[in-house]
Amino acid sequence: MADAGFLRLEGLTRRFGERVAVDRLTVDIARGEVFGFLGPNGAGKSTTFHLLTGLLAPDAGRVLLEGIEAPPTDGRVRRRLGVVFQDPSLDDKLTALENLKLGAALYGLTGRRADARIAELLGLVELGDRAKEPVERYSGGMKRRLEIARVLLHEPEILVMDEPSRGIDAPTQRRIWEQLLELRRTRRMTILLTTHQPEEAEYCDRLAVLDHGRVIACDTPEQLRREVGGDVVILDGDGPEELAAEVRARFGFEPRLVDGTIVIETPRGHELIPRLVEALPPGRLRSVSMRRPTLADVFVHLTGRGLN
Amino acid sequence: MDAVVAERPTVEAEAPSLLRLNVATVGVLVSRDLRRFFRQLSRVVGALVQPLIFWLVIGSGLSGSFRMQGADGVGYVQYFYPGIVMLVVLFTSIFTTMSVIEDRHKGFLQAVLVAPASRAALVLGKTLGGVAIALVQAAIFLALAPLAGFDVRVIEWPLLFALLLLIGIGLSSMGFAIAWWLDSTQGYHIVMSVLLIPLWIVSGAMFPMTGGPRWIAVVGRANPMAYAVAGVRRALYGGVAPGRSDSTAALELGVTLAFAVAMVLVAVAVCSRRGDKP
Repeated sequence: MADAGFLRLEGLTRRFGERVAVDRLTVDIARGEVFGFLGPNGAGKSTTFHLLTGLLAPDAGRVLLEGIEAPPTDGRVRRRLGVVFQDPSLDDKLTALENLKLGAALYGLTGRRADARIAELLGLVELGDRAKEPVERYSGGMKRRLEIARVLLHEPEILVMDEPSRGIDAPTQRRIWEQLLELRRTRRMTILLTTHQPEEAEYCDRLAVLDHGRVIACDTPEQLRREVGGDVVILDGDGPEELAAEVRARFGFEPRLVDGTIVIETPRGHELIPRLVEALPPGRLRSVSMRRPTLADVFVHLTGRGLN
Repeated sequence: MDAVVAERPTVEAEAPSLLRLNVATVGVLVSRDLRRFFRQLSRVVGALVQPLIFWLVIGSGLSGSFRMQGADGVGYVQYFYPGIVMLVVLFTSIFTTMSVIEDRHKGFLQAVLVAPASRAALVLGKTLGGVAIALVQAAIFLALAPLAGFDVRVIEWPLLFALLLLIGIGLSSMGFAIAWWLDSTQGYHIVMSVLLIPLWIVSGAMFPMTGGPRWIAVVGRANPMAYAVAGVRRALYGGVAPGRSDSTAALELGVTLAFAVAMVLVAVAVCSRRGDKP
């Protein structure tokens, strides 16, 4: 990663009454990096997003851009950001073109220069032929693409996205990510995002895993997966709690109960599965499966709880 | 894809000043509100028909029993007309600012909040957007002035325009401050029915502030809307309002101006305070 020390979040803290939503969050992000905040609902992702975009002010801590203090509550800092919201920040009653024009004007982009950028970006997100329709007729995926187009109009250095894949299907998600990664490559745009989806987290160069407002791990997806090690075996059966107790009694290790299934981390899954199936009475298991650890398994490994 | 790979510094090299961005943002918000308004014709009609029905039904219903002290010639339909002009402005201000509540968390305003402009620009943009719509509505309604017995050649248009503009700014920014602070549509509805509509009723819009119980006169003196209603009535009669009055056009304009300035400052303060909600 070149350009280390581009963006530094230092001890960011935000309380809501007694509750500490974000607790001394410190990370360093390089220019051109795709950096994700992964965690379940309530882990502090939204508050982190609000602090990064200046929608909330921190109780403590600061944001540094290229070594200089740069609070996003300052308009001069916000000018360098492009922000994609969970619920698209579009006006449904207006056409896509009108939304883009108004969005461009918010950053001082008007006239022919704005028109040229709008045409370019409509082409990039492949909405050129429907630009004159009111946005209320758009699907969720089209709205997200339009919002991304609008956010890119002023060529932000840093793109900040809150759960960008929420409410859109997998093919659309892939298409959007292809375009984002291309922009990162060509423009060295830095991308920050919050997500609770392990599939989306895979697009990140590095991830900060958030739990109860704290960063409990921060590394590349590969390295995080390596922490789990080996395989993940998943058992599904009636009465998961009793099933977990049976597995514990017969095999002596501690299985985890995650979202109603039993998750076992083991160095050699293919050896464990026959022993499990032999040892339990016929019909006790509804299904047995095995996979390489995903980022969801990493979260389970770190916290004992699932991402959902 | 390649098209976007233009030279990097183009935007930054000519980065506009924050002041220019603030002005541009006000323009964006006004233009957006006007576009939305004229695109939803039901809103244009709805915001006019309700005051119109009020005027015709209540105006005719009370015309038999209304008698204004010191102005025997004034019928209730005519008396009530300036109050209805004010009601058009009040309703429009309420409805344009109520939309802020949802827009702030799920709509276009999110984009404005993270854009470089200040919160003051956001408040001014929303307020002036509301005022622009209110003035359009009021203008349509004022076309009916001859039906109420007013002579369009006598009306003091500059005074009327100034008062409607200022009270529109005051009411819209007050509505904005309430909407932002409460952040709840139900809460706003309650404030509307227990505060805003009653303030309009005891503003001289429905009945004179003098001649009734003393407390009504006291409320009337403290109610900024009462000065605007008195001023609008004065302008419609060409500068001399009927009935006894110790008020002057300067006082009416002055109080309305002070109300507008105060409410804009309150709204900017409420909106700029980054509290617990984005």
